[in-house]
Order: sequence, then C-alpha cells, then structure tokens
Amino acid sequence: MSLRGKAAIVGAALAGCGEAHGRTSMDITIEAVHGALADAGVKLSEVDAIATCQPLDLLSGLTLVQELGIAPKFTMNNRMGGSSFLSHTMWAAMLLETGLAETVVICYGSNQRTASGKLMTAIGLPTYEAPYKPMFPLSSYALAADRHMHQFGTTREQLADVAVAARGWAQKNPEAFVRDPLTREDVIASRLISDPLRVRDCCLVTDGGAALVMRRAEVAVDHPQPPVYFLGGGEGTTHRDISEMADLTVTGAAQSGAAAMAMAGVSAADIDVVQLYDAFTINVILFLEDLGFCKKGEGGAFVQGGRIAPGGELPVNTNGGGLSCVHPGMYGMFTLVEAVRQLRGQTGERQIEGAELALCHGNGGVLSSQVTNILGTSATL
Amino acid sequence: MTINTFEGPGPDAQFAEMLAAGDFRIQRCGECDAYVFHPRPICPHCGAAALAWVEPSGAGTVYAKTIVHRRPEKGGDYNVVLVDLAEGVRMMSRVDGVEPSGITTGMAVQASIGEGMNGEPAVIFTPTGGAQ
Ligand SMILES: [Zn+2]
Repeated sequence: MSLRGKAAIVGAALAGCGEAHGRTSMDITIEAVHGALADAGVKLSEVDAIATCQPLDLLSGLTLVQELGIAPKFTMNNRMGGSSFLSHTMWAAMLLETGLAETVVICYGSNQRTASGKLMTAIGLPTYEAPYKPMFPLSSYALAADRHMHQFGTTREQLADVAVAARGWAQKNPEAFVRDPLTREDVIASRLISDPLRVRDCCLVTDGGAALVMRRAEVAVDHPQPPVYFLGGGEGTTHRDISEMADLTVTGAAQSGAAAMAMAGVSAADIDVVQLYDAFTINVILFLEDLGFCKKGEGGAFVQGGRIAPGGELPVNTNGGGLSCVHPGMYGMFTLVEAVRQLRGQTGERQIEGAELALCHGNGGVLSSQVTNILGTSATL
Repeated sequence: MTINTFEGPGPDAQFAEMLAAGDFRIQRCGECDAYVFHPRPICPHCGAAALAWVEPSGAGTVYAKTIVHRRPEKGGDYNVVLVDLAEGVRMMSRVDGVEPSGITTGMAVQASIGEGMNGEPAVIFTPTGGAQ
C-alpha cells in the first residue's frame, strides 16, 4: 500500500517567530496550533491525534494534550531531533489512511532565544567524545565540513555562498528574522567558532513555533485552503554520535530521499522548490548531493554563483532557512510550512511561479537522522 | 528464566578501568574477526556476543579535524579530531605536540594515554611525521 496522495495538509501556521518575550515554548506551540486550526477551518474538538516534540520537555506530547484540553486517540512524541516532524507527517498519513484517526495536528515551538540565548537541548555529550570537548553540535558539523573540503576540494567560498543565498531569500520574506545584506566576504570574515565553520555558517537562534493540520485526501478539498498532498516520505538513520558516522560525506538523506521520491514517483529533476534543514552551510551541500540534485562531491560547485539563490536554477530555502529566517531549534517543521505556502502560491515576492512539487528535508542530531517528504498540489495527484 | 550472557561490569566500565590503569584496548569479535570501537556488549557487524579486548597498534590517520576557538583567558584554542586506527575503527580524540595549523586531515598519528579536557585519562595522539 502506498501513501501517495492519501493524506493532505489542510492547515498551516507559524507563531512567535523571532522573539516572543515572556512566553513559554508551549505558549508558542499552542498559538501555532490555534493558527493552523483556523487556517484549516477545523475545530479543536475534531483533533483526534497529535504529534510533537519539544527541546526540553521530553513528555511534551502529554503536556500538549493537557494544555489543549483534548483526549486524542494517538499521542505521538517520537523524537529524532529536527527531522522528527517529517516523520510525524508519515505516521499521520498512515493513521489517516488506515482510518485510525481523522484529524492530525503536528506542532513545535521553542522560546530558546529569549529564554537562553543559545540552542536549548536535552542532549549531552556522548561518553567517548566528552573528554575532547567538541562543541555540541557545532564541532560535529565542522568535522563533516573539513572532511568534505579535504576529500572533494569544497572551498570556503562555496560554503559562504550557501549563507549568501539564504540571506537573498530572507530579503524577500518580510517574516525573516535577519534581512541585512550579506556577502561572501562578510561570511568569510565572520568570527571563527569551530574551524572551518564561522558564525555566519551557523543557523540563527530565534524563538518560534509552527503547526500543521492533516486530513484524508477525500475530505481535504472541503477545507478553505487548497490542499497540499503528502506524496512520499522516507527516513534514514545512520548513527547518533559523529564519531560513529561511517562516512562524514554521505548522510542518510541518500536513503530517505530515494525512498520518498520512489513513493511519490518523482525524481530530483521534477522538484520545483526545495526546503532543507540548513543548520550549518555544509548541510545544504551534503543534502543536495545525497538527495540527487547533483553528484557526490559536486555540491560545492553546485551552490556557487547563485544557483540556489533568488533567480537561480533551483530555489532552496525560499523563506531564508534556518540561516536567515527562523531557527528555534528543531527546524524541520518550518521546511513543511514554507513548502505548503509555496504550493498554495502565498509567498508574495519570493513565490516560485507554478510551483507544484516541493521537497522538504529534515536533519536530526549530528547528521544522524534524515527524513524527506515530497509534497504536491492537486495537479500532481 | 533469565539467561545471563554477560557477567560483571559492562564494556564501558571495563574500558575505563583499563584506561585508568594505562592500557588502551579495543574490542575484536571472535565470530567475524571485526575490530570494534567504541566498546559494546555485542558485535555491531554480526551480532555475536563474542567481543574480546585486544591491544591496538596505536597507529592512526586523522580522518577529520576542527579547531575550537576559545578565548585565551579560558585556555585558548584546542583541536578535536576523528582518527582512523590501523585496525579500521574510528575514534574522537585530540592531537598533541603540534600547533593547530600543523594538524592536517590525512596525517599519520600515534596513540598514547594522556589527559582529556577535564583532566580524565583519555587516548590522545601525536604526529609521527607521515601522511597518507
Ligand atoms: Zn562480529
């Protein structure tokens, strides 16, 4: 049984993006849920399954149920880091297709910027890494960047071009947190943190929340917004600790992307708009390779010269991404919301004309969990 | 009924005890002959509960490196590396005895027991003057 086109996203919303002073992570999450239900024209009492995971509350699924005052049939709290929500959409599609649930809400929120000013995480250093004090998670990505540069000759300038492209998109998005001009030279001159990664290679630390409502395809057309169909999904988990990753230049996105595209019956060349979890600049290069947008080792050259920037051949992270738009920790949720908005044609100046097919990709841990979703308009069914 | 496959402290505790006594050991599988690091209860290659401690050669190659930038008053910059041992296993570590700019991916290194960043016993590496 394929899940292709069996379920759809009928509501989506953001909340508290940027700075949400005095508000808890759950406050922000609930505002996003409220917004997504309004967008979908669905009553809270209709929600019979929820999925979430939060930065510090390990039982956040229970907290969410309590604070919403609902009694869902399914409470999904499965947690793989920032990729979790792209896995939640697959579970949602399965629950909907099997008739075990009618209305699924998937959500996230974090107040990490105003509460702590840095990444909030429940994860500590692994036993066999702790004696060497790598920065968590930054040094793990720095090691991957170093290896990619060593093995394929990827350059400092190519990494910078990923950040420059993200900023270009953010400048077209009034909701993006940072919209100042950014040049390749600015990125290369920014403060070195864990070589070769500099501060402008790193995602933002912001507050923010996001939520989606999913329903079965046959009822999705009864909602106010054009449905965005779930066409395919796939996962790839390769390790937890960076010292256990077999090849730092090949991620589980090779597996997750292939599975998602096989289910959807599409290839990379068919995709109109791409939303990748860009925790660090190297991630975008790795994922574009592993997802099949270019060959292994050619990601650096691929992102050069504005190919993924506004006006380029392949629109990547059209909201500005975690690098320039919003990054409240587990960013995967935000790839989905931006894809929904693009496929509905609601993104104003940054709209990709005729966007019918979107690829969303989430990353969790230290390149550990990779999850890909393919979403499409009714034209792709 | 419980079948006790293992007795005594687990592999992490055994590794730590040996390291504190000055012995760096990795595991080798008695079923499939694969070397294993970090320490585990069963072989991640074949699933056998047949891992035994062996002494590695200590020869390794830097697989990847990063220099963590830290303010001088907090101790200054330090390096974090991934090293591939000659036995085919990888570990996180630090390269001592060379300036950060002298550490290159692909350089040959040799293990010894030194101190981790918190003063604990830890496997560290020094350059042997070769490169791969
Ligand atoms: Zn074995």
